[in-house]
Amino acid sequence: MAHAEPLLQVRGLGARFTREGVTSRVVKGISFDIAPGEAVGFVGESGCGKSVTARAILRLAPEGSSLQLDGAIHYRGQDLLQLPEAQMRDIRGRRIAMVFQDPMSSLNPVMSVGAQIDDMVRRHTGASAQAARKRTVDLLRLVGIRDPARRVDDYPHQFSGGMRQRVMIAMAVSCEPDLLIADEPTTALDVTVQAQILRLLMRLRRELGMALMLITHDFGVIAGMVERVYVMLDGEIVESGPVDTLFAAPRHAYTRALLDAVPRLDSATRPA
Amino acid sequence: MTAPTAPLLSVQDLSVVFPARRGKGPVQAVDKVSFDIRSGETLGLVGESGSGKTTTGRAILQLQPVSGGSVQLLGRELTTLPRGELRQMRRHMQFVLQNPYSSLNPRMSVGATLTEPLRVHRSVPEAQMPQRVAELLTYVGLDPDVVRRYPHEFSGGQRQRIVIARALAVNPDFVVCDEPVSALDVRTQAQIVALLRSLQERLGLSYLFIAHDLAMVRHVAHRVAVMFGGQIVELGTAQQVFESPAHPYTRTLLDAVPVPDPALQRERLALAPSELDFHAHRDSGETCRFGEHHASTGTRHWHRIGPGHGVSCRFWPPEPQR
Repeated sequence: MAHAEPLLQVRGLGARFTREGVTSRVVKGISFDIAPGEAVGFVGESGCGKSVTARAILRLAPEGSSLQLDGAIHYRGQDLLQLPEAQMRDIRGRRIAMVFQDPMSSLNPVMSVGAQIDDMVRRHTGASAQAARKRTVDLLRLVGIRDPARRVDDYPHQFSGGMRQRVMIAMAVSCEPDLLIADEPTTALDVTVQAQILRLLMRLRRELGMALMLITHDFGVIAGMVERVYVMLDGEIVESGPVDTLFAAPRHAYTRALLDAVPRLDSATRPA
Repeated sequence: MTAPTAPLLSVQDLSVVFPARRGKGPVQAVDKVSFDIRSGETLGLVGESGSGKTTTGRAILQLQPVSGGSVQLLGRELTTLPRGELRQMRRHMQFVLQNPYSSLNPRMSVGATLTEPLRVHRSVPEAQMPQRVAELLTYVGLDPDVVRRYPHEFSGGQRQRIVIARALAVNPDFVVCDEPVSALDVRTQAQIVALLRSLQERLGLSYLFIAHDLAMVRHVAHRVAVMFGGQIVELGTAQQVFESPAHPYTRTLLDAVPVPDPALQRERLALAPSELDFHAHRDSGETCRFGEHHASTGTRHWHRIGPGHGVSCRFWPPEPQR
């Protein structure tokens, strides 16, 4: 991929995690690029550091822990790791947004989804209440919520898991970010709903021209969604490359082992 | 193909109704489900959340009150069995659940975890218990020396091995595995599935393997039942269901499974419906698509389309207008 200027250029990123007084090094000096509008996948098993890498970009510590970061994350000519927190808040959600696996825990259960999106829109754009509401309804329509003008006043529990994830995506793209980070966005969803959400992410990426960083343990999910893949193991990137090449001819033994372990829909069944 | 012997497990018109609560009417979670499982056979039960597959498994094990139908294990009717006799039957049927973190007592050592079912069912004399525990651990590929260790000292895959060993302790004939690998990493999943298969071959176990991962089920199951809305919509051999799916819901499920092949998966995603709503397809009460008028004949909404392959005429989308 010959992109002149990467949108995000990560160099020697390290992350240490302190929880209950115990420090562990979970990301060990990794480097990668994401070009404007590009979709990049991060794949690996639990504990490989892929989620922490995503959070590191936004400097978000996982709950109940603190995060120490080193290296550099260049974004539009600035190093996000050197940025004062106030400026970082401006980047978060506005320029770089994130959706997580579990939409229920990211939504406020006692606030209508419309009010939550309104808040987000107003905070980032300073729009009037009326303008924000109009934008919120447009966003819900954009992510495929039917009858958005009516659903806007519903509460999270009135939505199915897939619809809640659509709401989270609406919030994430409300400021038309340059980069959307999606951390296992469909892992908790049923397979038919997963396909719908993946399609939605593809469409939004195209329509809004944003880059996508997709984090998942599922090689099937990665396969259809991204242009390049980074394989992580134990806090390091062990292999990276264009998605077609990496799947067709994995070079690292670990990548091969992971691909071999994926059950195939088209292989032989057990005779009855 | 059909063995002359009676099936190990026979489920007929099994129904479970959750009673009405807080302004919501009663819910028919399982609606006249029927299937057999032979000795040494795995039936995969697939469907999405809310389809009733977990409730079906629980109802078979009598862990869930049954509102109708019959469950026969080893020729004995379980739904009407007195409690004392049901307790005795429990040693023939065990279950392995999804989360190996919550299904083990953190304060019980591996040895105590495995000894408990032996004591409850008095399956071996006290003096032989350590030997039996060691044997169980060997079955599941763990070192017998781990008896003094506690669940937190093990990885997710190892814990699931302990859960499987506990299920095997009483020498069951039938095990309900409810999403036994979905909380595990892909390599660990493959190992646990291989273990379940080798135990089946070695001990002649029968499994009801409940899962949402269709690719996994393809590798595990001899026959597959697809559930939707509390009903089985298709049932056949794994080959029939995966290679010639007949019900539109089965096809939708299969089409939605992501495949680890970039070119193919991009194509599949592009074809995925942006929304699907099978609930919208109400049955008209008229002649079904197989030409039967069930309302007048009183027959089941079930149609044989091949040897051992059946499909429901319910939940089909309306036929395109001509």
